[in-house]
Amino acid sequence: MIDRIASFGRSGTDLVVSIGRAGRFLAGVLSGVPRPITGFPLLMKQLYSVGVLSLAIIVVSGLFIGMVLGLQGYTILSDFGSEAAIGQMIALTLVRELGPVVTALLFAGRAGSALTAEIGLMKATEQLSSMEMMGVDPLRRVIAPRLWAGFIAMPVLAIIFSMVGIWGGMLVGVEWLGVFEGSYWGNMQASVDFWDDVVNGIIKSVVFGFVCAWIAVYQGYDCVPTSAGISSATTKTVVYSSLAVLGLDFVLTAVMFGNF
Amino acid sequence: MGLDSYITLKDVVFSRSDRRIFNGVSVEIPRGKITAVMGPSGSGKTTLLRLVGGQLRPDSGSIIVDGQPIGELRRKELYKFREKMGMLFQSGALFTDLSVYENVAFPMRVHTKLPEDMINDIVLMKLEAVGLRGARKLMPSELSGGMNRRVALARSIALDPELIMYDEPFAGQDPIGMGVLVKLIRDLNSSMGLTSVLVSHDVQESLSICHYACIIADGKVIGAGTPSELQDHPSEQVQQFLNGHPDGPVPFHYPSSAATEDFGLAGGVS
Repeated sequence: MIDRIASFGRSGTDLVVSIGRAGRFLAGVLSGVPRPITGFPLLMKQLYSVGVLSLAIIVVSGLFIGMVLGLQGYTILSDFGSEAAIGQMIALTLVRELGPVVTALLFAGRAGSALTAEIGLMKATEQLSSMEMMGVDPLRRVIAPRLWAGFIAMPVLAIIFSMVGIWGGMLVGVEWLGVFEGSYWGNMQASVDFWDDVVNGIIKSVVFGFVCAWIAVYQGYDCVPTSAGISSATTKTVVYSSLAVLGLDFVLTAVMFGNF
Repeated sequence: MGLDSYITLKDVVFSRSDRRIFNGVSVEIPRGKITAVMGPSGSGKTTLLRLVGGQLRPDSGSIIVDGQPIGELRRKELYKFREKMGMLFQSGALFTDLSVYENVAFPMRVHTKLPEDMINDIVLMKLEAVGLRGARKLMPSELSGGMNRRVALARSIALDPELIMYDEPFAGQDPIGMGVLVKLIRDLNSSMGLTSVLVSHDVQESLSICHYACIIADGKVIGAGTPSELQDHPSEQVQQFLNGHPDGPVPFHYPSSAATEDFGLAGGVS
């Protein structure tokens, strides 16, 4: 019994220590004055790596999720003779929830895991140490551009995801199942509010982008520099990011749309 | 030692987790000379380099590098100070996304505002010094282990440092590669007047090029002096290490219970 309590206590202190280390790490990355001349090319390179190269999976997933929403929405709404509201349903679902959340989950799986593995491998092959010994701070040179790239790329990817999803929903609802096109777009335009829905969705994706990128770079930087350590860190990135996104989504939704 | 010291470690104590790595280590490394730090695997040789480079901080004791207490420098001051240090890592630690040329140019691009044509000339000179000018367009994945280390050496001298630290430069090298590195370390020291610290457990190669050497074991310095002084050192542990005797003060057998117990012969042979 005493051992169990001690073990529980140890887990708690380990968690607090880990959060503290991640916080100090973040402060180290974000501190200091940015240097646009050297920093901008590094940021662009990472934006390409985590943003542009994630486009394929985002577009394909957005298209299919939009199409599924169109199909399910039509089946449910036609029972009540309200299939004309399908555009409104798809847009609100995507812009408020599925766009930011699914993009973040896909981002964690594709770009987050790649970031962790890359940084972990740089640590294992002493590239980060050699940078330090050359008088170059790896937090500024390696970590910061990757963190900012995730932060910037996520909202853009979420917007693209929602746009493609709405188009996919139209393909099924309008082109295939015969919902009137004017109703599809008109109802959507009438019911989706720019500030309440679109901006809140973007705020969610900004938060998710920050959290996912932070978890990914921290796990890579803090990993045990062995193949098993990198593998474990990559897994942790995907698991922790997914849990953080789902948990934060509930909190943000409660704050944004709760109206208690 | 009676010479101008570039690095002075005094009563350095350092632990990692629960393990005491150094228990009051004091070493003086003279300016402009090659000093070899030797010792068995796991004795903390690489840790010593990391302490000198400020990547680790001692629990107690002082580390003075060129008159600066390295453990007391602030982060920014430390990074600035490291511009006059070069380090050759055991793995080479080349940046895998950059070509050989860009790897050598990297420190200059970050720390200087030299024009591109001057960077080009310096990179080619450094690569020429290590015999790899012709390999400048290759990527690190296309290099052999020895070439990788030579490129890393060219990169570590790109900014003409005052101090260069070699972490196990001979490990895993074939005889030709080892000969090349021995020549390069000796030539760089004499031509550039570098203070060189060579961490290795390759006794013959290290003693053939160093001016001074010290041997670390069990968390302390067990022997120090010129190569000839070490060869005549009275310590049995030093002699065991230098001559590679399998048994001695460092026992062949890992500590264990009595063999009679393990073989079930505690009651005697029946």
